[in-house]
Amino acid sequence: MWLKDSSIGRKFIMSITGLFLVLFLLFHGSMNICLVVDDLFGTQGYNWICEMLGANWYAIAGTLVLALGVLVHFLYAFYLTFQNRRARGNSRYAVETCPEGVEWQSKNMLVLGIIVILGLCLHLYNMWFKMQFAELTGIATSVFNPQDGSAIVKYLFTNGWCGIIYCLAYIVWLCALWFHLSHGVWSALQTLGWSNLIWLKRIKVIGTIFATLAVGLFMIVVLYFLGVNIGMLAA
Amino acid sequence: MDSYINIKVRVWRQAGPKVAGHFETYELNHIFQGASFLEMIDILNEQLIAEHKDPIAFDHDCREGICGMCSMYVNGHPHGPDSAITTCQLHMRHFHDGETITVEPWRSRAFPVIKDLMVDRQAYDRIMQAGGFVSVNTGGVPDANAIAIPKPVADEAMDAASCIGCGACAAACKNGSAMLFVSAKVSQLALLPQGKIEAAKRAKAMVAKMDELGFGNCTNTGACAAECPKSVSLANIARLNREYLCAKFKD
Amino acid sequence: MATIQDTKIITPEMAKIPAGPLAEKWTNYKDHQKLVNPANKRRLDIIVVGTGLAGASAAATLAELGFNVLNFCIQDSPRRAHSIAAQGGINAAKNYQNDGDSIYRLYYDTIKGGDYRAREANVYRLAEVSNNIIDQCVAQGVPFAREYGGLLDNRSFGGAQVSRTFYAKGQTGQQLLLGAYSALCRQIGKGKVKMYNRHEMLDIVMIKDENGEARARGIIARNLVTGRIERYFAHAVVIASGGYGNTFFLSTNAMASNGSAAMQMYRHGAYFANPCYAQIHPTCIPKHGDFQSKLTLMSESLRNDGRIWVPKKLEDAKRLQAGEIKGRDIPEEDRDYYLERRYPAFGNLVPRDVASRAAKERCDKGYGVNNTGLAVFLDFSDAIQRLGKDVVAQKYGNLFQMYEKITDENPYENPMMIFPAIHYTMGGIWVDYELQTSVKGLFCIGEANFSDHGANRLGASALMQGLADGYFVLPYTIQNYLSDQIGVPRMSTDLPEFAEAEKKVEDKIQRLMAIQGKRSVDSIHKELGLIMWDFVGMGRTAESLKEAIAKIDAIKKEFWSNVYIPGEANSLNNELEKALRLSDFIEIGRLMAVDALHREESCGGHFREEYQTEEGEALRQDDKFAYVGCWKYTGEDSEPELIKEPLEYEFTERKMRNYKA
Repeated sequence: MWLKDSSIGRKFIMSITGLFLVLFLLFHGSMNICLVVDDLFGTQGYNWICEMLGANWYAIAGTLVLALGVLVHFLYAFYLTFQNRRARGNSRYAVETCPEGVEWQSKNMLVLGIIVILGLCLHLYNMWFKMQFAELTGIATSVFNPQDGSAIVKYLFTNGWCGIIYCLAYIVWLCALWFHLSHGVWSALQTLGWSNLIWLKRIKVIGTIFATLAVGLFMIVVLYFLGVNIGMLAA
Repeated sequence: MDSYINIKVRVWRQAGPKVAGHFETYELNHIFQGASFLEMIDILNEQLIAEHKDPIAFDHDCREGICGMCSMYVNGHPHGPDSAITTCQLHMRHFHDGETITVEPWRSRAFPVIKDLMVDRQAYDRIMQAGGFVSVNTGGVPDANAIAIPKPVADEAMDAASCIGCGACAAACKNGSAMLFVSAKVSQLALLPQGKIEAAKRAKAMVAKMDELGFGNCTNTGACAAECPKSVSLANIARLNREYLCAKFKD
Repeated sequence: MATIQDTKIITPEMAKIPAGPLAEKWTNYKDHQKLVNPANKRRLDIIVVGTGLAGASAAATLAELGFNVLNFCIQDSPRRAHSIAAQGGINAAKNYQNDGDSIYRLYYDTIKGGDYRAREANVYRLAEVSNNIIDQCVAQGVPFAREYGGLLDNRSFGGAQVSRTFYAKGQTGQQLLLGAYSALCRQIGKGKVKMYNRHEMLDIVMIKDENGEARARGIIARNLVTGRIERYFAHAVVIASGGYGNTFFLSTNAMASNGSAAMQMYRHGAYFANPCYAQIHPTCIPKHGDFQSKLTLMSESLRNDGRIWVPKKLEDAKRLQAGEIKGRDIPEEDRDYYLERRYPAFGNLVPRDVASRAAKERCDKGYGVNNTGLAVFLDFSDAIQRLGKDVVAQKYGNLFQMYEKITDENPYENPMMIFPAIHYTMGGIWVDYELQTSVKGLFCIGEANFSDHGANRLGASALMQGLADGYFVLPYTIQNYLSDQIGVPRMSTDLPEFAEAEKKVEDKIQRLMAIQGKRSVDSIHKELGLIMWDFVGMGRTAESLKEAIAKIDAIKKEFWSNVYIPGEANSLNNELEKALRLSDFIEIGRLMAVDALHREESCGGHFREEYQTEEGEALRQDDKFAYVGCWKYTGEDSEPELIKEPLEYEFTERKMRNYKA
């Protein structure tokens, strides 16, 4: 199968899964903005969306596809890295430099990816496990009502010093994600062949915009609650 | 203004493909900065010969930056610390008095060391043999002006075709990928109407051979294009991806 | 009838020149030559030594026809042969520019450019097939430069008044070679060509046929990686090993370019023709030090827009030499555009030999413009003013960049400095119309043979000749030889002839390794180069040549008694490779001097100071020297014997070459 056996096929899988995850991030990030809006204006947007994505077959299917996307992206990343290290051979250069124009993140995608995955695990435990998982299985995984996602999030980030640590952990995670995406998005487009002499520069800009947008949406929420928490602690 | 400098050269010495290599440091005095890097190595070799030691084996031929034979990794850069040049075009004015210069061979599994700084790059030839051509025999071809080709297209094909096959791309790549080399040839021929006919077949055959020979997967770090002595663009890699994916999906 | 091996005069019949009008000779030949049928082609092996334009195109084309080809290459890949370094372009009589070009005009320019010392029939054939070459290369995907309408662009080159030079940026040789290389790759992939990289031929194996006639049947080659001596059989051997310009040590040739293959042919009875015809290219970057390993050529195409000058006043030249002023500081009225002054009709685009001598003349008079006094200016300030910097950059950008990398001077701001350097050798192994040497079964193509350029080669004609030989001439003519070889079975390389040849090679290597003297190969080679440049260079005299011969004999003695080669013979050993080549360069250098001494006239690349007009132009002696001077090997320590091939011009009138009006 060429998607497994050819280098471009493997890269194609990485790009497609990567881009799919970026789209999901954009959706998820927009949804998260509701948290801030809800908190400011007392609306119930976030929980309404959560309800829509609750125990429905399409939400379950979506979750499974998403999980599959992450898994494939993850497994291929290790497979590719293993192959690449082998292609490099056993002898290393005594002097290594980063040539001009080569982004640091592009050479550290696996490390960044692992940080992202670790963050994701934390996130799944903090949020998803207490919301969709609890809702689906009916097991009470926290003191909160799984349908009141908004409260779960707010509690996590504004829970005194613990909240601050969580906020900082999320900030590190999001920074890693930004670096990962700022190379990942344009690299995916390049791998899909959407580049030429003119578009090469443009897709790099597009990649950065995408990464900033996706990560920014999440970041706003974290920073907002961090602010609220600090305000509360100060008071 | 060019003047004379004293330097130390730390060179990778390896007696053969299966022997472990090591660095050796040599002192060189009174080197003119107008000399080329390879001329400096010549002087070093003359010095070694005078001491009845084994001179450093290295590949070099045209010494004007076009044959692609020279292949030294100097101070962390394939072809050394200057842009858009081969090692033979590197001049000593890029180094200062008292500097220690580290010289290594290309290091990539597909380019095994033969001796010292000499590596075996026949893998690139094999990729070319797999499909880097237009299948026309000598004779019986149409007039050269029978097909007009827009100038921008011809120019872009020329830029891709300027690859000299030196191997700096794979040597610079942390993944040991040969994508820039393969994509340059695929691009050149896919852009021109004469080569378009076999474009899909060519892309598939050359990529398959590249993978078979153990080159790595491209992760678009761009080190290849940054270090390429002929400034071959990363856009060629995108075109190769496009050609290859289209060909595979058509199948 | 005397055979080619025991004659003193080579007749047109011996050279196999077809009868008939000039324009019909090649067609007549092709119509009547013998061919080999496809089934028999499969049974015939051909060795091709060299993978430059001639070698690669011949190997690929012969394999396409169905022969089994063994192709040898000294570098690590066939793509690195030195044809790759040709910059400017390739000539063809397409007349795409509608400026009056034709096959005849290309023929005429080439024969006139060669100072009427080439064979009419060969040159006409070259002009005839030139158009096919362009078609072939375009079909292979060679990205020639194009105009905005999408059609092929041309530029002008020295020695012609039409624009007939096709080019691919400043890398035409590279693109043409990669075209031939790709055709070769295709055949290697198909298994029709067996490629031997990093192999150097060290001898030709001769085997006598049933009539007692010696024929080339294989080669002895050294694997440069393992140092092993290997034997290879073939029904015919084709040598495409390039020129011997590196005899001068400093030349524009690549480091590995050598004349050893030519000397091996010569020692087996192939005639060495016109060895003294060496081309000095006028536009090279001047020498900058004793450690220098090679000279870098700046393309002749630069003379399209660049103007060559030196100061009018000697005191300005002195100040330039002292580094007190730069070229741009000298006002227009104090500049001597000496080519435009001396040759108003061709100006800066006179042929290479003329431009080189004119530069030497100015520098000899003290007008040189750099610290060594051995350089003239090539100035683009006019072109930049007329066309704008962008246009100039587009045309010559990569050359300017190359110049700046080497010299650290910006040619957009200060005129370039150039000086002549050895570039190409018109002389080479004598071949007949079929490109066969005077040895049966041994063919020689490309720069290695002597055939098409006479005493001087025009710019952009080397690529043309290499590809003409390889694509369109040899694949035909070799069949005329092979057609009666179809009954010859493949021979074992265990035959005594192979063993003997191998022994000879090993003995020579042992002899060299055993010297263990005090001097490095390069130090002796540099000494030889200096003698060649000073005494057998741009201006030669009887005295200088006699002195050269004596000095070269001394160098030979020094080499064979005092060279030091480190390492082992049976392993990778660069110094041994260089020593083997140098041993042949010494012989070639001597042969060049002997030929130059005997040729008491000035023609093309051979300028004898005794024979010049009052204005300093070359003076031919057509009544005495209108022949090809072929040298026959008579033994290691005896003088070579001169054989002449008279050049009877049936179709062209010999004139004094005139580029003034």
